[in-house]
Amino acid sequence: MSPLGNLLRSSLGRKLIMALTGVVMVGFVVGHLVGNLQIFQSPDHLNGYAAFLHQLGPLLWVARIGLIVSVALHIWAATSLTLENKRARGNEPYAVKTWLRASLASRAVRWTGYIVLAFLIYHLAHFTLGVAGSDHFKSNLPTYTMQEDYRVAGFMVVKAGAVVADVHSMVILGFQSVAVSLFYIIAVGLLSFHLLHGIDSLFQTLGWRSTNWARVLRGVALAFCVIYFVGNLLIPGAVLTGAKGLRPGFSREAVKTTSVQR
Amino acid sequence: MVAEHSSKNFGITLRVWRQAGPTQPGRFVDYQSQDLNPNMSFLEMLDVVNDELTRKGEEPIAFAHDCREGICGTCACTINGKPHGPGKGVATCQVYMRAFRDGDVVTVEPFRAAAFPVIKDLVIDRSAFDRIQQAGGFITARAGSAPEANALPVPKPDADLAMDAAVCIGCGACVAACKNASAMLFVAAKVSHLGLMPQGQAERDRRVLAMVGVMDAEGFGNCTNQYECSAACPKLISHDFIARMNRDYFTASLRAAVKPASSGASGGA
Ligand code: HEM
Ligand code: FES
Repeated sequence: MSPLGNLLRSSLGRKLIMALTGVVMVGFVVGHLVGNLQIFQSPDHLNGYAAFLHQLGPLLWVARIGLIVSVALHIWAATSLTLENKRARGNEPYAVKTWLRASLASRAVRWTGYIVLAFLIYHLAHFTLGVAGSDHFKSNLPTYTMQEDYRVAGFMVVKAGAVVADVHSMVILGFQSVAVSLFYIIAVGLLSFHLLHGIDSLFQTLGWRSTNWARVLRGVALAFCVIYFVGNLLIPGAVLTGAKGLRPGFSREAVKTTSVQR
Repeated sequence: MVAEHSSKNFGITLRVWRQAGPTQPGRFVDYQSQDLNPNMSFLEMLDVVNDELTRKGEEPIAFAHDCREGICGTCACTINGKPHGPGKGVATCQVYMRAFRDGDVVTVEPFRAAAFPVIKDLVIDRSAFDRIQQAGGFITARAGSAPEANALPVPKPDADLAMDAAVCIGCGACVAACKNASAMLFVAAKVSHLGLMPQGQAERDRRVLAMVGVMDAEGFGNCTNQYECSAACPKLISHDFIARMNRDYFTASLRAAVKPASSGASGGA
C-alpha cells in the first residue's frame, strides 16, 4: 500500500477527509446563503443571479460534481468511522454511563448529520429537480422580464429586458406554505447545530486547535452558527410574517415556460 | 499506614463485575462493605472485601494494581461510570473512600473496549498498548552510560511540553472513557513526547506512521473530538497532543509519498 493510500484508509486519514469535505460544504452553504439573501433586493437580483448560474454551463457542473463528491465522501467517512467505533466499544456496555465534558452538539453530531442528509435530498428534489410537490416549481415556472442589467463583479451577465425564470417568486410561493417553511427552519437549525461541533472539531482534526485559543475558536464557531441560522431564518420568516410578499404584477397565468433564458 | 480516622466509619454497597475468565459470561455481584475508614484508599477497601471473601472460602475479586501511588498505570477500574472514579487527575489507587457517602451503591467495572478483553473480573489485557509502543514508541540510540547532559541543548519550553506528554502511565483510561474506545490520546502522548525532543527527530515520521498503523490494526476506535479522554486521564494529558499527532501524521504521510528512497545502486556504502 502506498503512503497516500494508507493515509486515506487510516483512521486519521478518514477524519481528514471528513474535515476537508466539511470545509468545502461550509464554503458552499455560506455562499448559498449570501446568494439567497438577494431575495430582499428587487427581483432583478435573485433572478439575474439564478440566470447567471445557469449561464455558467459546464462550470456549474464542475461545482455540482465537486459538491456531490464532497457530500458522498463526508458521509462515507462518517459512516465507516462510526461503524468501527461501535465495534471498538465492544459487546459489553458499561452499566453506568456518564459524560465527563462532551458538548451536546458533539453528542448529537451523527443524528444532525443524517437528518440534514434527509433534508438535502428533499431540498434538491424540491428546488433543483422539481420532482417533489407543488405545481409552481420547475415544470411550471413563472417567467420574469429583467428590469435592469444584472452585473457580477462589474461584469454584465444578464441584460435588462431578458426573460428569465422567476426564481424570486418561486421561493416566496414555496415559503408561503407553513409546512415547507417549518421543515426548512428545523433543517437549517440542525445543520447549524451540526456545525457548532463541526467547525470546532475540524480545527482539531487538521491539527490547528490548541488550548491557547480554544475558547476563541468556540466563540467564533458559536457566532458563525448563530449568524448562519439567523440568516437562513430571515427568508422564510419574512415570507411567513408577510413582510416579504410576491412582487406587484405577479400572475400565475402569465407563466410561460418554453422561451425562458436559463 | 492510614492515619486514625478523621470522621466516622461508614458502609457502602459494592456492585462489582465478576467474570471467571476471558470466555466466561460476566455479571454484577453486590457486596456489603461495612465499617470503612474514610481515609482508606479504594484498593484498600477492595483488599478488606477480599479478605472477607477469602475467609468465607469464596473467590476474591481480581483487580490489577502495583505501585498504588499513581505512577505505574496498572490499576484500572471504572467506578460509577468514570474510569478511575471520582476526582480529577487521579488513578484508581489514589481514590479515597471519603469520596463516597454512607449507603452509596458503588459500581465497579473493568475498563471496557474490544481491544482490552477482560481476563478476569476487573483485570483486562492491555497488551495492545505494548504492541503500539513496540511499533515506534522509542528512539534508537547507543545504550550505555548517560550522555553528557549539555551536549544536546533542549529548549526548556520544549522539554516541559514533552514532559506533559511523557507523564502518560499507559493505564488506558482514555480508551475506557472514549465513547469510541479510541486510543488517540495514548498514541498522541507517546508520539509527541519523543517528537518534541531532538533525540526523537530521526525516527519521527516512521514512528507516527507505524504507531498509528498498529493502533488502527488493534481495533481501537476513532476520535470524535469530544475530549472525554483528557477529562478521565489520571495525568490530565491534554488533547492538544491529538491535534499535534494529526499534523505529524499528515505531514509524515505526504513526505513518505514524495521522499526519494535509495535504489541501492552503489551496492551500499
Ligand atoms: C449530509 C449528511 C451529513 C452527515 C451524515 C454528516 C456526518 C458527520 C459526522 C458523523 C461528523 C463527525 C463529527 C466528529 O468527528 O465528531 C461530521 C463532521 C463534520 N461535518 Fe458533517 N455530516 C453531514 C453533512 C454536513 C454538512 C452539509 C456540512 C457542512 C455544511 C457538514 C460539516 C461538517 C464539519 C465541518 C465536520 C467536522 C469535521 C471534523 O470532525 O473534523 N456536515 N459530519
Ligand atoms: S497501582 Fe500504579 S497507578 Fe494505580
